Amino acid sequence: MNKLIQGKVWKLGDDIDTDIIIPTQFLALQTIAEMKKFAFHPLRPELPGLLKPGDILVAGKNFGCGSSREQAPAILAALGVGCVIAKSYARIFYRNAFNNGLLLLESAGLPDVAKEGDTVTVDLETNGISLGDQHFEIMPVPDDLLQMVVAGGLVPFMRRLNAK
Amino acid sequence: MGMTMGEKILARASGKEAVKPGEIITARVDLCMTNDATTHISIDIFEKQLQVRKIFAPERVVFIIDHNVPSESVKTAEVQKKMRDFAREHRVNFYEGAGVCHQIMIEEFVSPGQLVVAADSHTCSYGGIGALGIGVGSTDFTAVMNTGEIWLMVPETLKFNIYGQFKKGVYARDLILKIIKDIGANGANYKIMEFGGPAIKDFTIDDRIVLCNMAVEAGAKSGLIEPDEKVVDYINARGRREMYLFKSDEDAVYEKVYDYDLAMLEPMVAKPHFVDNGCPVSEISDVKIDQGFIGSCNNGRIEELRVAARILKGRKIHPQVRLLVTPASKEVYLQALKEGLVDIFVASGAMVLNPNCSVCWGGCQGVIGEGETLISTGTRNFKGRAGHADSYVYLASAATVAASALTGKITDPRGWEHE
Repeated sequence: MNKLIQGKVWKLGDDIDTDIIIPTQFLALQTIAEMKKFAFHPLRPELPGLLKPGDILVAGKNFGCGSSREQAPAILAALGVGCVIAKSYARIFYRNAFNNGLLLLESAGLPDVAKEGDTVTVDLETNGISLGDQHFEIMPVPDDLLQMVVAGGLVPFMRRLNAK
Repeated sequence: MGMTMGEKILARASGKEAVKPGEIITARVDLCMTNDATTHISIDIFEKQLQVRKIFAPERVVFIIDHNVPSESVKTAEVQKKMRDFAREHRVNFYEGAGVCHQIMIEEFVSPGQLVVAADSHTCSYGGIGALGIGVGSTDFTAVMNTGEIWLMVPETLKFNIYGQFKKGVYARDLILKIIKDIGANGANYKIMEFGGPAIKDFTIDDRIVLCNMAVEAGAKSGLIEPDEKVVDYINARGRREMYLFKSDEDAVYEKVYDYDLAMLEPMVAKPHFVDNGCPVSEISDVKIDQGFIGSCNNGRIEELRVAARILKGRKIHPQVRLLVTPASKEVYLQALKEGLVDIFVASGAMVLNPNCSVCWGGCQGVIGEGETLISTGTRNFKGRAGHADSYVYLASAATVAASALTGKITDPRGWEHE
């Protein structure tokens, strides 16, 4: 996996719940490709149209709280989100994200400083983030989980392992 | 060093003498469950991606259609058909229209000391009868259904000691809203919330489920209460024999201990759009409501319906308010019919709906429009959760919802209950 991730920041607040990421009324859509157009619909309906592959979501505490719906991390991965950087995550969302190939990073400092439109650089080798001349630490992510992200999630990861 | 009951459940499930927080274990699950909100994803993974398409033990797998019942659209009908066909083909347990999944699990399947994994965040409800319920997503669920196993990190435990007695008009629902307000929406992130202390023995099974069910709203991995003779009687009465009555050791280690005196507790509401945005009802003035909802896996059981009926009896709901009453299961519905509660609701002007998740998840029944306000006994008040993105949900007890439905604005329920 490329250990350097650079992307444009889209800024979200605290307690972004999975009903915000994908509201109930869109869950019956048959594919993630259809569903992803409605990401963040109650809060920022324009966001899916603006997000470019590799962009980075920066949020406060408790990102992904609420419902266990796995469509939430799946559509963020499908939108090409490079990674999410938040102060903390809700536990069900955390597992679901890696299981769907979405990289989550924890940083206590960056979310208070980064502004929308900033460009940040994540270095998974040194577990740091750079924003201009400022540097922030991230919690290290175990290599297995990074491999899972590269594979696209738990199921493709296991298939790859089993094929060896 | 002693263990908490949660650690003991995880030790049993992983075949170990002891486990400690931070340790990662592979655990065998006793039961797993999934519902129509997300099962189609699990079925797709199972059918299209798994190399070995087997189910570890069909008799320990439960499929429940409860989120959109009856189906409200062709898309939902297709999702549900897929689930029905799969359940029949693979001979797993299947329920449809019989109630909210967690209520059915407690009525029909779960026993104390078991480890239950389900694809729904409110799986933590099973702590009310001393079982460890852990919510997961569709991929993890599929792996569990396939292998019967899951990797888990053993969490730290927070202890909540409850003292005293509820004052009139105050309920378990108010206690959990108060606790979540105090510790915050991620105050128990990743941890187990264990409720105990001298007052817990007076809590009914329904009350205990109310507390544990909302542990996830504080970010918890699960909620737990030590099973006592009330739980044993409940399980025995349902003909289930497998029970592991784990209790926390005297010297068990808790990350933090909180004390709550019920005598200090008032009726609570959680204001839009966060469950931890709570305050006493007495501090709310002049909030008009358009709709009330009594139901959900948190607060749609017989005891809550009885409380609502004691307030609504012989009265009419406000002409500008719709009140929805949705019993949590068929069993609860039949009991409410037998006790004449349904007559009281209908006579008051309420709509009594078939058991399902209803407007708590905003998928089918009773969704609200732009600018409208719902007062609900449901589990969440997130922005747009009950319908339009610009609508408002307040969470409160069945008593507060019933009293508010009568006056048309959020109302302190104390003094409204008939004896």
